[in-house]
Amino acid sequence: MTKIVTFPSPGGGASPAKARPPALATFRKVDKIFKNQVMALSGLDLEIRTGEFLSLLGPSGCGKSTVLRLLTGLAEPSRGEIVWSCERPQFGFVFQEPTLMPWSDVFTNVWLPLRLAGVSKEKARPQIEEALTQVGLSAFAKAYPRQLSGGMKMRVSIARALVTRPQVLLMDEPFAALDEITRLKLNDDLAELQSSLNATVVFVTHSVFESVYLADRIVVMAARPGRAFAEISVEAPPIRSEGFRMTAAYAETCRRTSAALHESMGETPASELSQ
Amino acid sequence: MTRDDLVGYAVPAFTLGCGLAFWEGVVRWYAIPPYLLPAPSVIIATLFSDWGTLSSSLWVTLTITLKALVAAVIGSVTLAIIFAQSRLVERAFYPFAVALQVTPIVAIAPLLLIYLTPALAVLVCAFLVAFFPLLANTTLGLSSADHNLVDLFAMYRASRLQQFTFLRLPSALPYFLAGLRISGGLALIGAIVAEIAAGSAGQGSGLAYRIVESGFRLNIPRMFAALLLISVAGITIHVFLTALSHWLLSDWHESERGREG
Repeated sequence: MTKIVTFPSPGGGASPAKARPPALATFRKVDKIFKNQVMALSGLDLEIRTGEFLSLLGPSGCGKSTVLRLLTGLAEPSRGEIVWSCERPQFGFVFQEPTLMPWSDVFTNVWLPLRLAGVSKEKARPQIEEALTQVGLSAFAKAYPRQLSGGMKMRVSIARALVTRPQVLLMDEPFAALDEITRLKLNDDLAELQSSLNATVVFVTHSVFESVYLADRIVVMAARPGRAFAEISVEAPPIRSEGFRMTAAYAETCRRTSAALHESMGETPASELSQ
Repeated sequence: MTRDDLVGYAVPAFTLGCGLAFWEGVVRWYAIPPYLLPAPSVIIATLFSDWGTLSSSLWVTLTITLKALVAAVIGSVTLAIIFAQSRLVERAFYPFAVALQVTPIVAIAPLLLIYLTPALAVLVCAFLVAFFPLLANTTLGLSSADHNLVDLFAMYRASRLQQFTFLRLPSALPYFLAGLRISGGLALIGAIVAEIAAGSAGQGSGLAYRIVESGFRLNIPRMFAALLLISVAGITIHVFLTALSHWLLSDWHESERGREG
């Protein structure tokens, strides 16, 4: 069941309706059954639109990560299809863990996607330096992962995903393992980065606040089996900043998203937001 | 060198010194004859006086140990790489490797002496003992790459060779080095045990043969001197391999974290 919930824009819809961007990839009735017969996804209909920041929100086991794996081609749908509007694009992927090669320094870690494509270190240097600058780590090119904090490792992981200038950036709960302060900082940095990236971002998270802060559109998923449960459009300034967190619109969208999430888990929506 | 380092060296040196002094004292006090228990000073004196014989034996034992270790490294890494390519090959050959490992080397040595020259039999024995820990560790290491990194490599369409060179080999390095440290000591033990077994068949110039020969001649100080050389050789191999491991892993591996100041 896919329920559409559209958040009314502040001022009673006075702002002009945005043109809907074209679909980049469309999941059509996609099922994914694992080898152990667990049904990860059932009849998933999902549209990923060009240039948007889409957040997949849901409880554990709702198949959010499976959606990312299907997008990259690391897994194939058991039934249904994924239709791309263009040739399969270049991906950048950020895992929940930084997933760096501990034996390589930051520079070599970020070089990896280009290295695998046969680009020499010297040819790749400008792109690597640009990616490191984007995540604010240009001074740490020679550091080894173990010399970095959790947040810095995650930035390296993001730089590695960005180095190929991907059309699609897939992020699988990238900040889940970080402390709250680092997480908020990285949310701000990602919001700023997204505005300059011109990439489509699919961001998997457990956090209502994170998804509302970052996303243009949130798809709430339900578990067992995984499916799209609700869709929420976030009406917000195109460039998010700390100030957005203080607005009534943010609080209201969080409330609605949280209610949809609770509903997807078969619970009565909480009247008050709680962390 | 910090004060803690000095204490770290001084304490075991002091313990060793006390032990040797006690040994020396007991031998002198009770006038124990050297053919029963030689004093440490006599052992050291024998080491110098018999250095010509002992050093050539040490050279033979060390050569066998190192040849066996190099052969074990080449053989085990090659086989581990083949195992990593195919689960079927691993299933086909792994039981043989385990069987060779669990069969005591003393039991294999006489059999090998039938088929091989004594020198080669000793080498093969030392090789067999050193081979398995390296094979087991390297095989484990090659299959222990972070699965997310494996996915990432697949996503970037890495070739098998790229995945192997940039991911599996470096992931396996700490495991391989741990195996190498075990095998270094075992190669020496294998060489000594095989020398003792082969000695009875006429081969003799390694340190183990010197020990057996000295025992027959009741030259107990030389027996101890040969034993001392074996211990020193074993410690040297261990220290060298530990230093190699530190050199290769110190920049990145967790096992070396505690060594930083």
